[in-house]
Amino acid sequence: MTFEDEKETTRRAGWIYLVASHVGTAFLLVLFILLGRANGSLDFDRFSASSGASLLFVVALLGFGTKAGFVPLHVWLPEAHPAAPSHVSAVMSAVMIKTGIYGLLRVMIFLGAPQAWWGWVLCGIGLTSGVIGVLLALAQHDLKRLLAYHSVENIGIIALGLGAGTLGLRAGLPAVAVIGFAGALLHVLNHALFKGLLFLTAGNVLHSTHSLEIDQLGGLLKRMPRTGLIFLIGAAAISGLPPLNGFISEFLIYLASFKGAVSLGAAGSVPMLATIAGLALIGGLAAACFTKAFGIVFLGRPRTAHAEQAREVGLAMVLPGFALAAGCILIGLLGASVVALMAPLVSEVTGLSATIVSTLLSETGHSVAFVSLTGGVLVVIATLLALGRAIALAGRPVSTNVTWDCGYAEPSPRMQYTASSFAQPLTDTFGLLLQTRRVLVAPRGLFPTEARLATTTADPYQEYIFQPFLSAVGRGFSMLRLVQQGQVQLYILYIAVTLLLLLLWQLA
Amino acid sequence: MSSLFPLLMALALAPFIQGVINRTKAVVAGRVGQPLSQPYRDLVKLLRKGAVYSQTTTWIFRTGPVVGLASMICAAALLPFGAFPALASFAGDLVLLAYLLALARFFTVLAALDTGSSFEAMGASREVTFSALAEPALFLGLAALARQTGSLSLTPLLTTISPSTWMQAAPALGLTIGALVIVFLAENARIPVDDPTTHLELTMIHEVMVLDHSGPDFAMIQYAAALKMWLLGAIIVAIAIPWHSDNFLLDGGAAIFGMLALAVVTGIIESSMARLRLLRVTQLLIAAIVLSGLALALVQR
Repeated sequence: MTFEDEKETTRRAGWIYLVASHVGTAFLLVLFILLGRANGSLDFDRFSASSGASLLFVVALLGFGTKAGFVPLHVWLPEAHPAAPSHVSAVMSAVMIKTGIYGLLRVMIFLGAPQAWWGWVLCGIGLTSGVIGVLLALAQHDLKRLLAYHSVENIGIIALGLGAGTLGLRAGLPAVAVIGFAGALLHVLNHALFKGLLFLTAGNVLHSTHSLEIDQLGGLLKRMPRTGLIFLIGAAAISGLPPLNGFISEFLIYLASFKGAVSLGAAGSVPMLATIAGLALIGGLAAACFTKAFGIVFLGRPRTAHAEQAREVGLAMVLPGFALAAGCILIGLLGASVVALMAPLVSEVTGLSATIVSTLLSETGHSVAFVSLTGGVLVVIATLLALGRAIALAGRPVSTNVTWDCGYAEPSPRMQYTASSFAQPLTDTFGLLLQTRRVLVAPRGLFPTEARLATTTADPYQEYIFQPFLSAVGRGFSMLRLVQQGQVQLYILYIAVTLLLLLLWQLA
Repeated sequence: MSSLFPLLMALALAPFIQGVINRTKAVVAGRVGQPLSQPYRDLVKLLRKGAVYSQTTTWIFRTGPVVGLASMICAAALLPFGAFPALASFAGDLVLLAYLLALARFFTVLAALDTGSSFEAMGASREVTFSALAEPALFLGLAALARQTGSLSLTPLLTTISPSTWMQAAPALGLTIGALVIVFLAENARIPVDDPTTHLELTMIHEVMVLDHSGPDFAMIQYAAALKMWLLGAIIVAIAIPWHSDNFLLDGGAAIFGMLALAVVTGIIESSMARLRLLRVTQLLIAAIVLSGLALALVQR
């Protein structure tokens, strides 16, 4: 990850990542020691449900949650992912954080029948991670940092699916369990496809413009048409829009929650309804964030000379993106078959018999097939409309002119809306959760000379929880400096004293 | 035939609703107003014109209107009308309907950003803000209906609402209608959220986003907007008019009457109040979320 070790920020990010993964691993060691002690063996196939299942679940949640990036354990993620080279970020975001989800699922299989509150906790974590992740993404100015926060959001969506599935399993509603887990698992794959794609294209942008500052870019679609096209596909997929793959998995999670909300009792339906409302809010905010990212980076006019001089990257740098984009489209159009293929996996995770699972999944596949069909019809209608327009416009005056500017003579590219101004209504509405810092030098007088506005949104969890806590720990340990001062004579004295004490102890 | 009816009605009558709203506003203001067919005439006029495109724009700008209209047509195929089932119906189609509207919005917003104009970006920014808040209200409202009727597909969900459902759960249905009316006004850019007749670009939402579109592209945008209004309106009408007779003419007439009544109500709302300040719109939408949340609390048995 720390390839660019000459940069201070990269080294810092490397340290944060190292510490976070060790903290996560510490919890996992505790988990496996507890599991091993209860079962008398460290073999996975000997692990089984034991009495302290809830404790084990919590430890697994903390350990694997740190790896996956659940809020508030996510603080390392927006530091580490942008600092790595883009192809490494792609792997980190697409694959490595999913190992946390994989681990959590494996442990949940060991632990057997889940408690209801596990489902509540997973839904709660999903909601916080999803909403906080997408809100912090909206407030970012750096393209890769924005993408990193979207990983937190998508991990949240996956947790919502796991939560709905767990609650369904607990309540004896196999349909909710199967569809919820299927949605979560499919979202794991889908997020790997579109987030890998987005990080790779962000790398192309960096390669070509030497900048990831969204507000310094603009107009790149004309200069980098292939990169722009695949970024658009990724952006639509991650926003959960039909007919792409992101919609299929979110649709499954919606469906599981709606089924749960309809069939569960008053209290049981609360997390399901929260999941529905949360997914709707996350979906709306994600669409806002990715219209911002694509619209400001790739559309409009270039805001700087770097963006102006951008050139399309070589074929080798766009081909992987095209392959991932094809994956996004294929899962969107063949959703029903993909869902049917997941039967053995879902059966393993839920512990339900293979026949029940495949019956339920093929019922769901009916809905998913309709979704894909509608997507196909939509593409056909859109093509026909475009053809109709081309025929209608043939032989009529079609001209190009400047964008409507209200009669203003010389609009400059710097007058365009920026990412910050685009997101401002939303970041203001949710200002309480974001704690954005702004430095404003307002224009004064009749002929204002200087005016400035800078906003930074640091991670509030990092700022207000981890930073103070870790500083306190650091101060505590610095007291040990009293005994460790770096003087060799002192250390020799320690050795002599220790030897003397041991000798006395032996004699006594 | 009867399953094609909702789609055909939507495609044929959607612009008419806008004519009725405009006529209502004119009558309330003491004017004669434009003919009811004016929206159709506008569409025909636009379709016969050429087009001017901005130099800044790319293919995204030309894709926006096409995807927007195609999404609305697909969404119209999922929605029942009165007692008539939709063309396609499956568990979870309500989610697809909402996300088709989101797809149309995504491309309209991108087309607006494609022009590089601050005005259009401003409208786009407001559009994504308000729709992000309208979305939970819409979904919670649909969830309340789903819980009341025990169904996950729009056709059974909306067609099984009967007078006896109202006897059982009138407060919940009333609150849901309240929430959906706010969503209807916000999503269709009507007063008190947006003023379709304003003249200042700085204050608009929907109209300013489509400022640079012209000719057939603009016709597609106008028609898609009319369809969107029809779709969200049809949900409200289906809840508000629960009587079904199995008579084609009676049921069709009742549903069309409901749509016209909704148009008149919208016209009266627009005539009787001013637009809210943009900051207040957020509060209005949160009120819609609260209304549908309350409706949900009432349907918990």
